[in-house]
Amino acid sequence: MKMTGSQILCESLIKEGVDVVFGILGGSILPLYDTLTQYPQIKHILVRHEQAAAHAAAGYARVTGKPGVCFATSGPGATNLVTGIADAYLDSTPVIAVTGQVPRPFIGKDAFQEIDITGITLPITKHNYMVNDPKYVAQTVKEAFYIARTGRPGPVLIDIPKDVQVETAEFDYSVKLVLPGYKPTIQGHPSQLKKAARLIGEASKPVIIAGHGVIISDAYDELKDLAEKTQTPVITTLLGISSFPGSHILSYGWLGMHGLAHSNLAVDACDLIIAIGMRFDDRATSRVNGFAPNARVIHIDIDPAEIGKNVKVDVPIVGDVKNVLKELNKYIEVKQNSDWLKQLEEIKAKHPALVISESEKILPQYVIRKIYEATGGDATVVTGVGQHQMWAAQYYTFDRPNTLITSGGLGTMGFELPAAMGAAVGRPDDAVWCIAGDGGFQMTMQELATIVQEKLPVKIAIMNNGYLGMVRQWQELFYGKRYMATPLGCPDFVKIAEAYSIPAINVTRREDVEPSIQRALEHPGCFLLNFVVDPEENVYPMVPPGASLAEVMEAPRKEVMSWPRKNTP
Amino acid sequence: MATQKHTIVALVIDKPGVFNRISSLFRRRGFNMDSIAVGHSEKQNISRVTIVVDGSNVQVEQVRKQLEKNVDIVKVTDITNRDTITRELALIKVHANSTTRSEIIQIVDIFRAKIVDVAPGSLTVEVTGDQAKVETLYKLLKVFGIKEIARTGYIAMTRGDNASI
Repeated sequence: MKMTGSQILCESLIKEGVDVVFGILGGSILPLYDTLTQYPQIKHILVRHEQAAAHAAAGYARVTGKPGVCFATSGPGATNLVTGIADAYLDSTPVIAVTGQVPRPFIGKDAFQEIDITGITLPITKHNYMVNDPKYVAQTVKEAFYIARTGRPGPVLIDIPKDVQVETAEFDYSVKLVLPGYKPTIQGHPSQLKKAARLIGEASKPVIIAGHGVIISDAYDELKDLAEKTQTPVITTLLGISSFPGSHILSYGWLGMHGLAHSNLAVDACDLIIAIGMRFDDRATSRVNGFAPNARVIHIDIDPAEIGKNVKVDVPIVGDVKNVLKELNKYIEVKQNSDWLKQLEEIKAKHPALVISESEKILPQYVIRKIYEATGGDATVVTGVGQHQMWAAQYYTFDRPNTLITSGGLGTMGFELPAAMGAAVGRPDDAVWCIAGDGGFQMTMQELATIVQEKLPVKIAIMNNGYLGMVRQWQELFYGKRYMATPLGCPDFVKIAEAYSIPAINVTRREDVEPSIQRALEHPGCFLLNFVVDPEENVYPMVPPGASLAEVMEAPRKEVMSWPRKNTP
Repeated sequence: MATQKHTIVALVIDKPGVFNRISSLFRRRGFNMDSIAVGHSEKQNISRVTIVVDGSNVQVEQVRKQLEKNVDIVKVTDITNRDTITRELALIKVHANSTTRSEIIQIVDIFRAKIVDVAPGSLTVEVTGDQAKVETLYKLLKVFGIKEIARTGYIAMTRGDNASI
């Protein structure tokens, strides 16, 4: 049957199981939006800025495992997506971005709202397309979804000129995909699996470092099997949090710059790292040449380019985490690492996590812990980037799989609110808590309007310290307390919320923390809590940039502060 | 880290934007390509690219893997340490007059290169060969004054029965 390019696009989206799209329209994508009226099964959520459309699509994708879809018009609409696309790229999130483009005869003429978005997004997408003919729309969409969700997932952008949206072609979704350049390796090589099993058998101080790949691959059970059978403690990366139950006896926290002290010390002391679906990011490893000095490394990852990129690997296994672990678990033998576990218990006792100091002021750590206690951990937590993010990761115990949605690789402030929106759409039956900082919240708070329009019951908790807190912490520690451009004048967030008809409370006393969280929970819709927290509270533990994990500080240390660190990210 | 010249051969899908994708990756890693040559391969809709680049083994291996991740790039091989034939073609327009012309022709003959154009003030030489041959001829002709040079960039193939890639 002959259809317009727009109709073919909508039909194709439906074939891919898409039922929701986040976006904003404009001149070059008007025909597609006009066509949406014929497809009520695709719900369109109008955001207030395109960046939010991309983050919302990512939030949706991360809670559902299905690609999230966002639409934007050409020019500024498309460029506004860029931060969200880059965020999805670095955190391996399947997002399909559809952008309108000026009609074909105007391309290359610097027409109104024309921009080379495929050129701009080339290094931040897994792949991108400009569709030059309606007859290629179906095939392109099919390829785009296949590429976005398979292998190491990532964002794919499809740019469609306005006239292609209007012209007609035959719609046929049975087109075969021919992608000779795209063959992700799914199964781990058997001989590598055997080598890995042998190393695991020989190790006396093994640790597992579980990353986002475990969550993406839905390999919770396989990871648990491996850990339990071999009595190997599981440490996660920041994005690996909630890949393994936080209160499991073998859970040993998470590593990295603000990871738990005992986790970092365990990695430093171990003799074998079983790295699963993680990429040895600099925030996780800290100084690479001081990273786990006595450890051999088994690295399981679906992306061959990650193997050996940052850390030397003894046994690389390229493949899908779930598949690889399933097979690996057949080769491994049951063992006890009781001496090692005992040693770790001692480390843990010396470096306890979750210590909240007594204070008259509201400490953000206390707020996070109280949110955890009030929800019983039965919630999806979405955070932005900065101190509040680290406290959320440290003081909330994640037992349920895939319940922490946070911006890791790109570190995008302002991710929290739109991503929470997407998470709430993807998990309508779940409590979604958006934990925000006062700085990041102001970067995307226009989305309160979307939340109200769509009646999304997101609970927003702002850790308001009146600073760009993480940067202020660095200024305090490494730049002589010269607080250049970090003090923030904040609006009255309660009044802001009220302007959007969102109920809100200012919380200024410690004794009001619990009752206010309770009120937010009992309210059926969106609720905003503005916690006025201790303005100069710092995030500890901290591995200072340029230090190794073993040099983790649980309180400030002068000599560490004075190191030159101009060459550290 | 010690660097050396690497010869990378890639098979890529013949469609717009592929070269942008390749060069973008090299740019990101701060590599300057010494030469890049492109042409059809033995397969339909697949082009063959030969890139010569300077870098350490680790750096070049990382670029190779990143290139191979690209959906439009089918396969990438580093053939640096294999027994290969590499060739480049150059056109060199060299100053010539009645006193220098015969000397130039003699040099060109020694190199089994060809004179492809003769004009009152110049000779145009076509030379094909590996890096040493082209560079040496260039140096010898430089004495007479080079008006213009155009080079194709290197193409490479491994010796023996098997295909390079």
